[in-house]
This record gives sequence, C-alpha cells and structure tokens, in this order.
Amino acid sequence: MGGVSEPVLQVLDLKKHFPVGSQVTGRGGTVYAVDGVSFAIGQGEMLGLVGESGSGKTTVGNCIMRLLEPTDGTILLKGRDITHLSRREMRPLRREMHMVFQDPYSSLDPRMTCGQIVGEPLRTQRLARGAQLENRIRELFDAVGLRPELRYRYPHELSGGQRQRVGLARALSVSPSLLIADEPVSALDVSVQAAILNLMRDLQQDMHFSCLFITHDLATVEYLCDRVAVMYLGEIVELADTDELFSRPQHPYTQALLSAAVVADPEVQRTRRRIVLEGDIPSPLAPPSGCRFRTRCPLEPDSAPRSHEEEPPLVEVAPGHFVACHLVHAGREAPVLIDAPAELA
Amino acid sequence: MPLLEVKDLSVRFDTDDGPVHAVDRLSFSLEEGEVLGVVGESGCGKSVSLMSLTQLLPPTAAVTGSAQLGDIELIGASSSRIRRVRGRMVAYVFQEPMTSLNPAFKIGRQIEEVLQRHLDISRGAARKRAIELLQLVRIPAAERRINEYPHQLSGGMRQRVMIAIALACDPKILVADEPTTALDVTIQAGILDLMRDIRERLGTAIVLITHNLGVVADIADRVLVMYAGRKVEEAPVHDLFASPQHPYTIGLLGAVPRPGAASTTGRLQEIPGRVPSLSELPQACAFADRCPRADDLTRSQRPELREVLPGHTVACFHPGGEWAA
Repeated sequence: MGGVSEPVLQVLDLKKHFPVGSQVTGRGGTVYAVDGVSFAIGQGEMLGLVGESGSGKTTVGNCIMRLLEPTDGTILLKGRDITHLSRREMRPLRREMHMVFQDPYSSLDPRMTCGQIVGEPLRTQRLARGAQLENRIRELFDAVGLRPELRYRYPHELSGGQRQRVGLARALSVSPSLLIADEPVSALDVSVQAAILNLMRDLQQDMHFSCLFITHDLATVEYLCDRVAVMYLGEIVELADTDELFSRPQHPYTQALLSAAVVADPEVQRTRRRIVLEGDIPSPLAPPSGCRFRTRCPLEPDSAPRSHEEEPPLVEVAPGHFVACHLVHAGREAPVLIDAPAELA
Repeated sequence: MPLLEVKDLSVRFDTDDGPVHAVDRLSFSLEEGEVLGVVGESGCGKSVSLMSLTQLLPPTAAVTGSAQLGDIELIGASSSRIRRVRGRMVAYVFQEPMTSLNPAFKIGRQIEEVLQRHLDISRGAARKRAIELLQLVRIPAAERRINEYPHQLSGGMRQRVMIAIALACDPKILVADEPTTALDVTIQAGILDLMRDIRERLGTAIVLITHNLGVVADIADRVLVMYAGRKVEEAPVHDLFASPQHPYTIGLLGAVPRPGAASTTGRLQEIPGRVPSLSELPQACAFADRCPRADDLTRSQRPELREVLPGHTVACFHPGGEWAA
C-alpha cells in the first residue's frame, strides 16, 4: 500500500465547476460538480471512489484523465504536475494512465476489429509494430481470457462481458501505472460481473498497477479495493481502509449508504436496521451552506447550528481514517446509527 | 384458489432470423397479497412472460398456454376484454420512470387521465383522488406537486408517481419490472419500503421482476428463478437462499459480493460460458453447457420440474447444495 514510496497519483483540492445557463444575462448558475477533493493512490493500490449519482465521482475520474479541464486544484502523476499540460504534452503520459468505461457497447469503435482496438494504444504510442505488435495483442487476449480468434471479430459480435475484456486489454496494453475504471461492471449481468471482477483482481496482482475504481456499489468495493473514499455532492465525506470503513463507518452518510445497500440474504436483509434518508440529494447548483449533508442528515438536530454555518473539514479521526463531520472527532465515540454490517454477515 | 394461475405459457417471436423462443412452458401461480420475485439475467424471459399476460407485446409475439385471472382467461382474450383487465386488475411499473411519463403534461393530469379512462368519475373527483394517490405513495406536499412536470421531480419521486398511476384503479396485481434498478441505493430503500407498505395496506399482490438478488431477499415471499425462457427453480424466499437447489441459482448467489464476506471467501464464483441461443428448443437442460454437473442425461433430456422439498421445485437432474462429481 501507499504512504512510504511516492504515490502514483496525488489529487489536491480538485475542483470542477460547470457554468450553466446564460452567463451574459446573469441568469446562469454554476454546478459545483467537484468541490475540493483530495486523495492519493499508492503504488499498486486500489482505491474505491463511491457515491450516488450526482456525487461527482465520474467527474473526478474525467479530470484526472484530463478529459475535462479542472477548474482548480492540482493533479500529480508520479510527482509530475499534469493539471494544465497541453494535449501534446499529455500524449506521452497517456501510457502512464488508462481508462475502462462503463458501457462496453459505446466505448469500442464499431469499425475496428477487436485486435485493432487492443493494439491501438501500442501503435499510437509507437511501442510496438509488425510481428511484435501481433504477439503483444495475442498475449493481451490471453491475459484477459479471450480466445485468440476473437481478434478478427468486430465488437458487435461479442457479448457484453467479452467486450469489457477487450476494454480491459486495451487499457492495459501499454502497462499503465494507473488504471481508472468507471463503473466497469455496472452494465453487465451478475454472473458476468463476477468474472470481470475476478479478472481485475488477478490482473492487478500480476501487473501491480494502481487503480481508481469508481462505482456506486459498496459490495464491489469491499471485494476489490484496499481503501475507500465516499463522495457526497462533490466532496469526500469519509476515507479509510476498506476493512476499517466497513466495520467502523463514522460519517452518517456512509452509515446510511451501508444500511441501504441490499444484501442477498433474507435473514440479514429483514432483521437489520435501516436508515432511510429523508428527501433527495440537493442540487449541485445550490449546495447547502455549511455541511452539505445536513439537509438529509438524521443527526442534524445535534450538529445545528454549526453545520449550517461551517463546512466540516476532512480530519483524521483514527490512523488513516478521515471523516468530514462536525460530530466525529478523534478519540471520541462516533455516533452509531447502524450495527456494523460485518457483524451481520 | 390462487389469484392468478399461469400454465404452460410460451412466447415465440417470429423474426427474420427465425423463431426466438423467449418463454418456454412457464407455469406459476400468485396468491392474493403475495410478493412473488421473478429473478434472472437479461434475456431470460422474465419481463416478456409478464407482459404477455395483458397483450403488451408486439404482434410478432405468438403467445400460447393459459393464464387464469379469477374467471377470466387472459391468453387469447379479446382486446376489449384485456382493456378492462389492464389498470383495474393488473397494473405495471417499469424501470425508467422518465420514459414512462409524458414530459409535456403535469403529473396530476397524467394520473387523472388514468382515473377518467377506467372509472366513471368527474374531473373534480379525479383530482381529489389523484392527490390521495400521491399521498398514498408518500409524496410530500401532494397538492403542490400535482401541478409539476416530470422533469421537476427527482428519479425516486417519479417512480413514486408511476406507482401512484399503477395503483389508481386499485388493481389486484402490481407488476413491478426492475422498479429500483435506475435508482440510487438510498432511494431504492424508500421505494422498497413503499411497496411493502402497499401490500400491507391495500393487499395488492406484487410480481417483482428483477436481476437483483438483494431486492428479492428484501421483499419477496416466494422466488421464481428463470433461465433461457424456462423456470429452473421456485421456492419460498428463505428456502431459496438457505438451500438453493439448481446449479444456476447456486452460481448466481455465489457471484454476488456480500458485505463482510469478501475477505474470508476469496474469489467470487463465476458461471463459465454464456446464455444459449433461444432460436431452438433443445431436448436438453438449457443450462447444460455451463453446468459443472452436466452429464449425458442432462444433454439428452429436458429436466422436468419436481418438488424436492415442500413448496420447493427445481428442474434439474442433479439438484442440491452438496454435489460430488
């Protein structure tokens, strides 16, 4: 895990704001999609970035990949500041980080064969050509569990799971230091999901890449990741080692999220306590003042009025465990809304 | 007598590439006030079988078999007869509430339309009932919300409106097809609570179609597992999860990461291979190609459903949790 050696990725106070509506007439506004997010990923570490729709988790991934221009903050890839590099300057760094997308139907070029798709990053980076390229493609197909003859097929001839394997092979073709996986299994059937998650774990153990795994599914994160960051309305509200987060969730939102996730076991599912959050996630156009979670927080009466005025900073409450909540302090018992799910399973 | 009794329901689509057997001799029953979970992966026929009951499929679908709802036989019924069944007897809620609602009309009007079409009531009474329905599905400030357009509502609220519309004519059966799949987990929890509440307060029977075993574990009384158009297993919910019998069900349960269990169990269980083509009806177990228990018998004969435990049926030659090669 990270910490000792230099982190592969460092994100410092990242912000991405989108102007909406007419800025000229003054009737427009700003969507605070990502609003001050910091984290680091160590060598060979898998960090899960969890949140619901609209929490900004995908925007974080897109900013790191520089598919979006960050509004503010710093992104360091292996210590090098890449926040404002031009497209040309970014090009050689593209071999250091690659992405796997959610939808394996729209993220592969339908006019290229699967072999060409997997080989493209190697060709554009001029890392291999000719027979060497062919060999490398064959190795990659083998590594992700695809039959070699599928190299000559087009994406539409493959199943969803096979296509996602092609996406993985493409991303790993240049042996990147960092893989960003944005909901890579959400579009797949359950039995296929299992195969892809197992594959990602095996590949990570073989190739030792670092990974930012973006998802809404807590169970997947627990299975795959070393550490977890929970996002709510553009901010990280809790960050901890996976075991720690799942056994001792501190932030009320994390607890609510854990309690709402359904478990495939009727005995557990029907006996445990659930926190049903009131209302909906507020609009990122006008996030609440102070603590962003306060409008839905079951502990709001305890934290008011401070939670209305002051934004809770992300503070370390236990070694490596960071929480942004006015009610959680180091060395003090955190408010417990649910029984720890680890004890239930 | 059960509320709904389906026997040997088959649905075939005749396409340019030949026939597709989407549902193959499916039988099940539904009791009053019961929640039946129908589980399976994409293409297993779970949605098609329920939609075929009220003729919601395109005309290329050939539906055979029998579906007895009270004293009405649904399969082959005239369209005027089916129109009286839809909404008043059987109502549907679909996955994506934004595409099911008309973006150009206020939600109040869309609920009133259903009421006025099916029931002989005045505009004013329809309005009053629409507000009651929104309160029933726990939409706060219903009097105000009724004048809003679908885009002004969040995904969870829209799904509540869809449920309100489905409940408008007090149906006996609510078919909910992946009702929470498009929603966030914290919103999903609220919708599941609402469905539980509806069953308890109104006594509505619910058929819950889903791929999510967690949702089934939460709310279903009985579960039916489908694979490649066939029913492979059916059991009371606790029995199914405690002692799954069909290798496919066992595989599905092993494929889901469970909270708290990841560190101890190691790998997730994979089901090798892929779903077979539905263009022919093989005289074999449909799961044979992917099944670790498959043998000559499995590949030459179709397993019929049999009861292995009380109320627990399975279509497999080698059922059970313990199995040795």
